Amino acid sequence: MTVIDVEPRTSNAAAMIMNEAKIHVRNFDFYYGPSKVLHAIDLDVPDRQVTALIGPSGCGKSTFLRSINRMNDIIPEAKAAGTIRIDGRDVYAPGMDVVELRRRVGMVFQKSNPFPKSIFDNIAYGLRLGGMRGRRQLAEIVEKSLRRAALWEEVKDRLDTSALALSGGQQQRLCIARALAVDPEILLMDEPASALDPIATAKIEELIYELKDNYTIVIVTHNMQQAARVSDRTAFFMLGKLVEVGPTNTIFMTPREKMTEDYVTGRFG
Amino acid sequence: MRVKSRDDRLFRLATGAVAALVLLLVVGIGFELSRQSMLSIRKFGLSFWTTRVWDPVSGEFGALPFIWGTLYSSVIALLIAAPIALGIAVFISELSPRWARQPLSYLTELLAAIPSIVYGLWGIFVLVPIVRKLEVWAGAPPLGVGMLSAGLILAIMVIPFTSSVAREILKNVPSAQREAAYALGATRWEAIQVALGYGKQGIIGAVMLGFGRALGETMAVTMVIGNSPQITASLFAPQYTMAAVIANEFTEAADELYLHALIEIGLLLFIITIGVNMLSRLLIWSMKSRSRPMPVLALEKVAA
Amino acid sequence: MNRRKLLSRVMETLCLVAVLLALLPLAFILFYVIREGAGALNLDFFTQIPKPVGEPGGGMANAIVGTLILIGLAALFAVPVGVICGVHLSEYPTRRFSSLVRFAADVMNGVPSIVIGIFAYGLVVLPVKRFSAIAGGFALGLLMLPVVIRTTEELLRLVPAGLREGALALGATRSRAVFTVILPAALPGIITGVLVALARVAGETAPLLFTAFNNRFWSTSLMQPIASLTVQVFTYAISPYDDWHRQAWAGAFLLVMIILSLSITARFAVRRLERMNRP
Repeated sequence: MTVIDVEPRTSNAAAMIMNEAKIHVRNFDFYYGPSKVLHAIDLDVPDRQVTALIGPSGCGKSTFLRSINRMNDIIPEAKAAGTIRIDGRDVYAPGMDVVELRRRVGMVFQKSNPFPKSIFDNIAYGLRLGGMRGRRQLAEIVEKSLRRAALWEEVKDRLDTSALALSGGQQQRLCIARALAVDPEILLMDEPASALDPIATAKIEELIYELKDNYTIVIVTHNMQQAARVSDRTAFFMLGKLVEVGPTNTIFMTPREKMTEDYVTGRFG
Repeated sequence: MRVKSRDDRLFRLATGAVAALVLLLVVGIGFELSRQSMLSIRKFGLSFWTTRVWDPVSGEFGALPFIWGTLYSSVIALLIAAPIALGIAVFISELSPRWARQPLSYLTELLAAIPSIVYGLWGIFVLVPIVRKLEVWAGAPPLGVGMLSAGLILAIMVIPFTSSVAREILKNVPSAQREAAYALGATRWEAIQVALGYGKQGIIGAVMLGFGRALGETMAVTMVIGNSPQITASLFAPQYTMAAVIANEFTEAADELYLHALIEIGLLLFIITIGVNMLSRLLIWSMKSRSRPMPVLALEKVAA
Repeated sequence: MNRRKLLSRVMETLCLVAVLLALLPLAFILFYVIREGAGALNLDFFTQIPKPVGEPGGGMANAIVGTLILIGLAALFAVPVGVICGVHLSEYPTRRFSSLVRFAADVMNGVPSIVIGIFAYGLVVLPVKRFSAIAGGFALGLLMLPVVIRTTEELLRLVPAGLREGALALGATRSRAVFTVILPAALPGIITGVLVALARVAGETAPLLFTAFNNRFWSTSLMQPIASLTVQVFTYAISPYDDWHRQAWAGAFLLVMIILSLSITARFAVRRLERMNRP
């Protein structure tokens, strides 16, 4: 008996009825204690596309990203108001199972954080949490995830060696594979390549391009060229507000707002 | 590098001499202990450690009962104290609300500030009568003093130290590890398990440090253990530890051989505690150096 | 799914239980010490010396003074040696010699106090064939030494580098800079460390048993055995006399009070010193 969710990978009935995007954000505020760091964010993230969040440091894009899978819950003084709906279901609703949410929404961090275990055990971690035990089952999914993350060929002969022995770029792809193993529908990436050299970065970008066929991806990046290369839609944040969002080409070539134009042409930030 | 002046050199040599004194003292301890136990070492050799008989009157000395008592009491103490100390460390560092952290850690440190003799006093007049009642209920001879009382009191004494070292270890686990677990859908306890797993070596080191402390504990133990050199697995029987026999009989030792035998026990205690401490610090140190971030290389290998 | 959440809740509760399990004996012990000890304190306790065996009454005046003398001697030995050693370690942190000394201090820290007592016995008691306050003070000083060394080294390291550079730029030699600028800056913290260490050795019994031994009479001579609160409490506790048991509790209470007040003084007085030091 497999524990992996067998829900259809298309948006579910509720969303289709309401004709909503995969992630639907309305009037979302966020507070760290008394200070308000996100103001009335309205954003629709379409299914199976890459949406990039850009903006100067401290503009709130990472905070917003972490609100989607409620990673901010860990911070005691944090408070959210407004709506974030995934497939029509409110993420902050009182009955929402956060643990289940985080399985369906995967996250990759700026600095790779593999566990001090073997490559195999890293990938299998999320699966074992879900109760999967059989070695053969696990091995199948581990291989599939590593292939999806374009890491299989490089590590297939040393799955039982320590993940910490991999290079930075490999570790990051390992973390991507680890996130993919539990079969999420959405992948949140917080500056995934910022700690990597150009060659490793290029590989990650290639990977993102391949992944979007099967996953909805939201990526935070401070690198505008990266956003331009990799994303279908771009959202520009500034001082906790969403200034403009639209198809990437539009944002970069013919932005509506002056602030957006100033940022993407490098006049500030 | 500054130009080395004469003052610099004088400074280095003078302060270094004092530092060398410290080194000398430690070496001196080992040396002095060996010297003052020579008579016993020469007379009994290795059989000192395997003989059960401790008879000062006839001049027969064997340290086995004390080794037994020390290990037995320390192991019991550890079995009780380790889970509790870890639970406290986990609670304070992972679970407790921020306002409670300081007062809670202060309270556990208060336990450590109570001197051994006060533990012993409380042990004699409060713990032992309770254990005595327990023994009556269990059908054992109602002495009260014995291995159980000693183990219990040692456990209480060892908890604060072990838990504060364990807390240090948990603090050193990068939060990115816990975040990774949460992001994969882990529950609170599962994320804590990841942190514990990361700090596994350090935690074992913390427990070993506690064990080392228990081995050398003297006053509280000697006041509740019954001070009888017998080897038995019974928790209710009075037994004897290395530190306790030294404390009790040192000033009674009428002849040199007696004294040297006692000091030889002290020598063993010295060696064992040094060994345990070194091993545990090694474990803790190796864990701390792992959690420090690796330097980022400018050019990664092409395989990346 | 629910099972995992349940397990998490159970384990979290168990951790809370662990905290309670540790706090319970603490409360238990403090309760008894206060109840039995505070009640047994009277003027006699502070002013009289022990009565002969079996006679009720008397006090621990000589033991109280004895403890103060002993920790004074301990500080006299441990503070100069420890601070200067700490200075050396912080000035030359990477040399192999320093690592060796640090290791030695660590080793000394882990040696059981009774073994330190044996060492002091061999070094100070045996040659003159006499128990003495000096031997006891020496033993206690050895127990304090590693703590003083470590505190000094860590606090000196924390002093901002700008201070040293300022002193050197004004033409100070290294030793001048260290002793007139850097050490004073770290002094409040070092004092805290010393006071806390003093509090700890004030409660030591085992190493005194055969160095300072004990003394039924009033004595402040450094070359004679001297009474101490801890040894006196021990002697009374294991005796068969009720009155002595009562006094033992009183002694224990006083001991805990001394240790607590030393620790608290350390933290508060030091804060005031720090405020004075700040420009």
